[in-house]
Amino acid sequence: MNTEVINGRSVRREPHYRLRRNLTEAAAVGFGVVITIWTLVPIYNMVAVALESRGDVFTNDIWPAKPSLDSFWIVATQGYWYLEYFWHQFGNSLYVGAATVFLTLLIGSLVSFSIGRMRLRHGWIVSNAALLTYVIPSSFLAIPFYRIMQKYGLTNDLWSVIAAEVTFATPYAIFIFQQYGVSIPIELDEAARIDGASPIQVYLHIYLPLMAPALVAVGTYALLLAWNEYLYQFLLLSSKKNMTVPVALAQFLNSDEAPWNYMMATAIVYALPPVAIYYAFRRRMTAGLTMGGVKG
Amino acid sequence: MDGAYTQAAQALPAPRLRFSRPRRRAWLGSLRGSEYAWAVAFVVPYCGVFLAFVAYPVVYGLWLGHAPSLYAELFNDPIYQRTVVNTLLYVGIGVNLKLFLALLMSGFFMRRGWWIKGLLLIFVLPWAVPALPTFISIHWMLNGQWGLLNNFLWNVFGIDGPGWIETSRWLALGTVIVSHIWKWLPFWTVILLAGRMAIPQELYDAAEVDGATSVQRFVYVTFPLLANLYLVCTLLSTIFTLGDFNTVFFVSGGGPALSTHVLATLGIRNAFEVARPELGVAAVMSALPLMIPLIIILMRKLRTTEVQL
Repeated sequence: MNTEVINGRSVRREPHYRLRRNLTEAAAVGFGVVITIWTLVPIYNMVAVALESRGDVFTNDIWPAKPSLDSFWIVATQGYWYLEYFWHQFGNSLYVGAATVFLTLLIGSLVSFSIGRMRLRHGWIVSNAALLTYVIPSSFLAIPFYRIMQKYGLTNDLWSVIAAEVTFATPYAIFIFQQYGVSIPIELDEAARIDGASPIQVYLHIYLPLMAPALVAVGTYALLLAWNEYLYQFLLLSSKKNMTVPVALAQFLNSDEAPWNYMMATAIVYALPPVAIYYAFRRRMTAGLTMGGVKG
Repeated sequence: MDGAYTQAAQALPAPRLRFSRPRRRAWLGSLRGSEYAWAVAFVVPYCGVFLAFVAYPVVYGLWLGHAPSLYAELFNDPIYQRTVVNTLLYVGIGVNLKLFLALLMSGFFMRRGWWIKGLLLIFVLPWAVPALPTFISIHWMLNGQWGLLNNFLWNVFGIDGPGWIETSRWLALGTVIVSHIWKWLPFWTVILLAGRMAIPQELYDAAEVDGATSVQRFVYVTFPLLANLYLVCTLLSTIFTLGDFNTVFFVSGGGPALSTHVLATLGIRNAFEVARPELGVAAVMSALPLMIPLIIILMRKLRTTEVQL
């Protein structure tokens, strides 16, 4: 692909080879610097605004004149009226995330066990239903979904959000589980069946333990989906006590006297857990995401 | 959205896979009586979720937006007409530019070197950070009077930058497209990178022996093997981008003067700000002629690639 791959083996190249290699390397470094700046500018802006000491700062500075951590302190102590339930809302987000992960893993693994391992007749209909759900944009379903939640009497209830997140996370779970399940020898199930195990025992004692890597990958995916999603949480949750963090964050935008430094500090506190989880599970997640297709 | 990863990755041509596939993957013989009951019981929770939260809303949505008069009203609305143009531009330019850049970037990240791996960790940051904070940050950064970008332009070059999202429709729409690319380029780059890494090195070695230049190696080795993956990525990304709400809503907010709405945001606006849900559903449903062929092609592609695996 690039010249360096074959570098070690072919020293007897044209005379300008070394010069040309150095030039390409220099160009690559230059390009890398450009990418870094492009990637970091909006994040830099988030940090710079959060470090402003006053909310109404309409300065012409590129970096705050007097950087301070005050706004983070305000967020931590809920010292502003928009933030009066911040930690409660943080807990709501955690609750939604945990419930979404649990239900997605449970429902997804049961379906893929039944269809992929037990080969339920007409199971392909269920697979196709999941595939269809996967390719429908969730924002297009939001309006009827909201009306239906009213009918179910679930508006302003965290469980309506959990229902939405589970609905959009399970199709992905079903695919990953079916792909990964292929690599587990069916003979293990057979042996257990001959010893008289019931399907639920095979599921609990053989299928689930061997599926652990896929469960971790999909669990991470579901957690990040539930934590990061905005539209459904915004539509379905209205009272301050029931809000999740992204909805509370967007509330700042309604204000005329926008305390931007508090808002950016809130945004950073909200973004830290998913970023930490993303980087912690990155290897696992990438392995989980590629194992179905690329690695075979 | 991360789900696209596997879906897209499945489309990879990987002849090796056929040998690693176990011959038998179902339980031997037919299911015994009680086992059949268990198998059905295991599927019931998902069927419940699908019927209550997918099938019912879809049917209900179709019913809400069934009146032809709604569409006559929409098509005569200049805001809607602009929205359709915006949606086509946003999806057409956004998706293709993004994937072409992702193809180039994935080639760049194939380079060897200690710093490339570190750079990749930085590069995926926009994907790792939730959409909401970054789009709000971009919105603030591009403020004409106090934004970071114009402050920078003024302090360094002495240029008075324009109001990127407040003044002109085309400037605002361009900004929205660039923000979309900023957010999703890392994701698709990582997918195409995984696709490139799955191509056996021997093919490149063989091409090298035959005297192929780097351009020829790309045209005759890399691209034919990535073409299917690239196509599936384009289709998936088109559907995801069509349904993208956050970028437009938080970067431009549909402004200036409602001129940069896309169908996803206009539908929500009609339903909840104008308080006419049936009009919102109609706006969203007017995307169906574009979506249905896409969904059919995509489902067929994803299904057949699944069988091949």
